[in-house]
Amino acid sequence: MTADQMAAQRPSGPHPARPTRRPAPAGLPRLIPSGASPDARIGPHLDRLGPLPYAPGADALIKVAEAAHLTGRGGAAFPVHRKLAAVIGSGDRPVVVANGAESEPVSGKDGSLLWLAPHLVLDGLQLVAAAAGAMRTVLYVHRDAALTAYLAQALTHRYAAGTDYADVELIEAPDRFLAGEESALVNVINGEPARPQFKRPPVYERGVGGRPTLVQNVETLAHLALIARFGAGWFRSAGTAAEPGSMLCTVHRADGGRHVVEAELGSPIRALVRLDGVQAVLCGGYHGAWLEPEQAARLALANASLRPAGAFAGAGVLAELPASRCGLAETARVARYLALESAGQCGPCFNGLPRIAGALADLAGPRPDAQVITAVRRWAGLIEGRGACHHPDGFVRFVRSALTVFGAEIARHARGQCSATDRRPFLPVPAAASQESDWS
Amino acid sequence: MPRSSRVPSTRMMVNPVACSAHGVCAELLPELITLDEWGYPLVDDAPVPPALEGQARRAVRDCPALALLLSGGRGSRRAGS
Repeated sequence: MTADQMAAQRPSGPHPARPTRRPAPAGLPRLIPSGASPDARIGPHLDRLGPLPYAPGADALIKVAEAAHLTGRGGAAFPVHRKLAAVIGSGDRPVVVANGAESEPVSGKDGSLLWLAPHLVLDGLQLVAAAAGAMRTVLYVHRDAALTAYLAQALTHRYAAGTDYADVELIEAPDRFLAGEESALVNVINGEPARPQFKRPPVYERGVGGRPTLVQNVETLAHLALIARFGAGWFRSAGTAAEPGSMLCTVHRADGGRHVVEAELGSPIRALVRLDGVQAVLCGGYHGAWLEPEQAARLALANASLRPAGAFAGAGVLAELPASRCGLAETARVARYLALESAGQCGPCFNGLPRIAGALADLAGPRPDAQVITAVRRWAGLIEGRGACHHPDGFVRFVRSALTVFGAEIARHARGQCSATDRRPFLPVPAAASQESDWS
Repeated sequence: MPRSSRVPSTRMMVNPVACSAHGVCAELLPELITLDEWGYPLVDDAPVPPALEGQARRAVRDCPALALLLSGGRGSRRAGS
């Protein structure tokens, strides 16, 4: 049976005129069409991309994901086919979750995708739910009443069109930095606070309700929905051989503007951000790394290029730090936010993050104690790799890169000077909700 | 499971969420566990030497927070049960 015949046999309903196969999009963008505006209807989506081709069996979806070399776009870049195979092979009906929590304040790409191409995400979620024989299917999104209402409307249109294998539950993520972390997400869906867990056994073996749980970022699912339609070869026609395809990036301009852009993996960083007159570039978000402009100019949007520089592509956040701001003050402010966002469960994170954040606040001021940097480095070494989640590791990556990239500024502060001409905060940091009660 | 001649090595591991810095493990197994400046265990990542396996199992059993684990090999079950 072909995928089209499978799709034609989906549950009946008042179908709109069923579109036929469409040609694959040439070039970029793939995910969010140019000039797209919010539209909850499924008709225009199917007209543009053709019907949703349910895979003729679980193995087919695993194989095409593997052939495409698709990796998770939530930040960790884990191979999609391996998670799929682990959950599908468990012999238990799993829970499938599309993760759109996007709790990183500096990222906006998942929100843009959900607003502008909701049905592509939901297509991917349906493909996975059908292949895995999901017991529950969840769309987990950033807490935003307008977005939730809009997605509920999109789901209503899908039920009316009869395109779907599974009913989708919409669940809102609490507004915490760690709410999108896989085991914290499981906690929220289980009705618990959004705190990460010690992941033994892993979530893909025992997650929501004790069932194997497959968590995929919403952008990953959108790519999968295109791969199912147009094939692994089409997907790999963009990007590099080792890291194929494209990814959505959230770019923060030095002038304060922000936009979301889809870029091929392997694109030069200098094609995505302006490096002239910029003091540094933050790559990979608040768990990522600062780069010097000259360094960023030689790097590409791919982990093979960024990892050796201590950075990573992550969820595609790139921020230009204007020359007018103090990099140490920016780092200290973000570090304080991240320390307050620690779940406070693991001793090294609970103890180390606030101490490092305090030391960075000293460094951001005039004439800090000469011992401060030594203490930061010692604490960074103590907390790395000792959390149940990667929060302390990401924090350490961010802080260490600042000590390197802003070395000249550290020397200035030691002399009681600062190069900043503008003291206003630049990187977005939400008012930290540090009360215990705010975790759910 | 057939017993092979080479048993996979066992390693000490801490569940950092459960650990509440009692420090018992470092007293029972100072060869492999020291405490950081906040009282939380720093565990040697190397395989537990056979001569220390008994002590390691005792440290696992006696952790008041049940936060110490032996992973891999024959020690992957919780000791002391």
